[in-house]
This record gives sequence, structure tokens and C-alpha cells, in this order.
Amino acid sequence: MAAAPISITLDQIFLLLRDWLVGFLPAGVRPAAGAVLGVIAIVCVFPGLFALTTVFERKGLGRMQNRLGPNRVGPFGFFQPIADGIKALTKEDVIPFRADAAVHFLAPLVLVVAVFMGFAVLPMGRNMVLVDMDAGLLFFFAMGASTELSVFMAGWSSRNKYSILGAMRAVGQMISYEVPLLLSSVSVVMITGSLSLTKIVAAQNQYTGIFPHWYVFTPWGFAAFLMFAIAATAETNRTPFDLPEGESELVAGYFTEYSGFKFALFFLGEYLGMFSISGLGATLFLGGWSAPLSFLSVVPSWIWFFAKVMAAIFVFIWMRGTLPRLRQDQLMNFAWKFVLPFTLLNLVVTALWRFMGEGWARWVVCTAILAGAYVLMGRIEMRRKHFGPRSYRYAE
Amino acid sequence: MSFVFYLIAALTLAGGLAAVLLRNTVHCALALTVAFAGLALLFLGLDAQFAGFAQILIYIGAVAILVVFAILLTRSSETAQEGVFSKSWFAGLVIAAGVFAVLGWAVLAGARALPLVAAAPTVTVQDIGNALVGRYVLPLEIVALLLTAATIGAVIVALHEKERTR
Repeated sequence: MAAAPISITLDQIFLLLRDWLVGFLPAGVRPAAGAVLGVIAIVCVFPGLFALTTVFERKGLGRMQNRLGPNRVGPFGFFQPIADGIKALTKEDVIPFRADAAVHFLAPLVLVVAVFMGFAVLPMGRNMVLVDMDAGLLFFFAMGASTELSVFMAGWSSRNKYSILGAMRAVGQMISYEVPLLLSSVSVVMITGSLSLTKIVAAQNQYTGIFPHWYVFTPWGFAAFLMFAIAATAETNRTPFDLPEGESELVAGYFTEYSGFKFALFFLGEYLGMFSISGLGATLFLGGWSAPLSFLSVVPSWIWFFAKVMAAIFVFIWMRGTLPRLRQDQLMNFAWKFVLPFTLLNLVVTALWRFMGEGWARWVVCTAILAGAYVLMGRIEMRRKHFGPRSYRYAE
Repeated sequence: MSFVFYLIAALTLAGGLAAVLLRNTVHCALALTVAFAGLALLFLGLDAQFAGFAQILIYIGAVAILVVFAILLTRSSETAQEGVFSKSWFAGLVIAAGVFAVLGWAVLAGARALPLVAAAPTVTVQDIGNALVGRYVLPLEIVALLLTAATIGAVIVALHEKERTR
């Protein structure tokens, strides 16, 4: 084997490691063993990241709310997730007497399995994708849609009014925001001409001077990225769209009646959903594993992917520490009257961008249309609102 | 290949049977979802990625959700006390058998009319997209128009109800 430069070795270290491990097996089972190793890596890495994220989230929220956060277990409280994991594993698994035991048991499993499937098509580094599918993006969204059913199963089978209300809210919200989520990704597909996530990353992995060709740096890409980020936040039930589990109204929403390890599975599913949707957003708009400046390409590609995912997670945490929760009607109005029309307009602008050819004219036209529409829509919506003291009617 | 096919076929059939035989309506809807998933897997087994994923996205992500919502909102989620068979089960059986016979006849006759192809055609997602906005753009537009009309109709129905209650 010829000696490769150290940066390339580091870049491909996981693939080299996999090939080295698989090399001990007979040639017949090597492809299957390689796939199994990839699955094991995904199943280990992301829950590990989840454990880290929970402690970072609690620390970060604590910092934003002027308190310390967890600080008892281990140095600076960093072993807190281990303690939490042991607690969740050893806790009694309570199933309500009237609950539908089979569906109640299946719901968290369906959620976690569907969420894990989404990672299969995400390119996490150069050549680091488990299944390079022709229709990768479609597969990702198909798996994302399957999680809705598990939410319904959890809420319905618990036979609890908070659970069913939370599930109805969650499913309604997920369906409403799935439309803009899909449509904002369609603009990327229109420009790239492919549903394959590896091809989408390859199209962005070019540089003019030192600056990359990420889609977020184009007018349509920027608008689509904002819409995608809003829809992704709603899709993962994070603040300000966390009505389905608003603890002040619904205890914990659809997983109110879950305890012990099943509760931990729901928690895991929610965070894995955050990781996978952040990974997809990074892949579609932020160049996936490509480096932000051309001379930074010596840093291994997987570091860039995970850095982008963790930056997105930080924004999620930041928003949770900053924004209040929306009301249900505000949520629906926002989805159908602002986000959806704007994504539809953005599709038209993307087509314009595609057919106007190279040059500065398309930059001016596309930016003008999008900015004009944004300002106009804001003005019209604002005029209809009547601000002033509000009167409440309480139940007697 | 054939073992996987029989496994998926058994899963699909079990889901479909459970959807008609179970007593609880929500269980029926969930069993129907299993049948949908089985169909999607069959498509994938035939190397039809687009059809398979679209089946999951639309039937599991949207149709199944619509079905369970309809069940919940119309108070038919209570378990039926008597058996699951309706009074007109015999007529239903005859109609189902008739439809199956016609479909089976059409498939078998079609297979005889066409020459046997040795290799499966390779259709990529890109080909499907090109065909949809190229050759079949008019049917696509008509379907879009139909869906828009349906959406407007739904909005009008919802609007009227709001005015009446006030």
C-alpha cells in the first residue's frame, strides 16, 4: 500500500478501520460484515452524541437562565447521562391498567427504528454513507413520515386525555410542517437535478477562490434554508413549537404515560430526530461534509459534518432558552399562511435562477423578488392584526 | 429472493387480514399500515425505489394518519360489541371475489399478450421525473387541478360551519 498523505488517511480513517476489521473474515461475507459494522457505528455514535447533548443542553440552558445546571455527577456534572441511563434502565415500567398494552409497547420501538433508518442515507464524510441511494432524500422523508404514526400510537394507546391531546397536536403540527419541509428541499433537488444526497453534497463541494458553493449562499438557498430550519424545528417538536409536549398544559404530551426505559426511548428518538434533521439540513444547504473555506479541506471531512450538526443543535438549545411557546392557532397560521406560500414562491424563484443562466442579473432579480415578497407579506399580515390590550374570558 | 418475497407477502397478507378481522377500529387501521408497509417492501424488492418510498411517504405518512384521525374524530373508535361481520357480508364477499377474478383475468391475459422480457427494465427516479414533466405533463396538471378543486371545496365546507356556529 502506497503511503498516503496523513490528511487523507485521517479523512478516510473509519473506512480504513472498517476494511482492516473486515479483512479478517472470509471474502464471501465481507460486504455484509462491512454493512453491519456501519450500522453498529451509527447505533453507537448517535446515542453517545445524545448523551453528550443532554448534558450540554442542561448546562447551556442553566447558563442562559443564570443557574448552574447539573454539577454533582463527575467533573462538572458530565457523568449525569450515565446516572440517568442507569436510572431509566432500572425504573419500574408502568403500563396504565386501561392502556392498550401491545400498541403501548410498540410505539417507542417504531419511533426509534424509523428515526435510526434516516441516518442510513446521510453522507457523514467523504465516502462515508451507509447506503448510497438514488432516491436518498425520498427515503429520508419516507422514514420521517413514519414517525408520525408512532406518535399517534403512543398517544392513543395510553388512554389518557393529555396523551391523546398531545398526540393530536403533534400529528397535526408534523403534517402541517412536513409540507414546507419537503417543498424547501425540492428547490435543492431542482438545482442539483438529483435526489441522491451524495450528489447534492458533491455539487456544493466546489470553491470560487476560497469560498464554497454552498446553497445557503444563494438567494433561493438562503430563503429555503430559513424555511427548512423553521419546519425542522416544528417537525422535531422543539421550542417555540413544543406544544405537543408543553409541560405546563399537557404534562408531557403523548408520552405522559411512559416510564422507565420506554420514556428514555422516546427521549432518544426525539434527540436522534434532531440529529438527523440537522444532518439533512447541513447536507442540503451547508455543503454536508465539505469544508467552509477551501484551504480548510485538510481537516477530515467527518469533523466538518459533525461540527455542522452540533452547531445546529446549539441553535436548537439557544432557541429553547430564548423563545416562548406559540399558541396552537398561531402555529397553524404560521405554517399555512406564511411558511407554505413563501416556500412555493421560492420554488418559482429557484426555477428562475436555474433558467436565467450565469451572471449577476439572476442575483439581483431573485433577491429582489424574495425580499420584496417577504416585506409585503409582513406588511399585509401586520395590517390585519389589531394590537392592543387583550381581554380573556375565563371558564366559570 | 423468493424467500424474502414469501416473507413479505405473508406479512402483507397478515396485515390485510388483520385489518378486516380485528374488532377494534384503530387496531384495524394500524394493521392496514402493516399491509401498506409490506406493499412498499414488495415494490422495493422489485427495484422500484420511487414507487416503494412514495408508498411509504404517502400511504403510511398521510393516508394512515388520515384514517386514524377520521376514526378518532367520528367516535367510531369504541370497540364493537357484536361480531366484526356486517349483515351484508355475503354481498361483499361476492363483489370482492368478482373484482379479484376480473383483475386476475386481466393480469393473466396481459402476461400472455406480451412477450416475455429477459431483463428487468432499469428505471431511475430521474427517468420518472422526466416522464412526469415531459410526456405526461398534461395528466399531471389535470390531477393538480383536481386536487386544488378538492382543497378549495374543503376550505369552503369548513368556512360555512364556522359562520353557522356563531
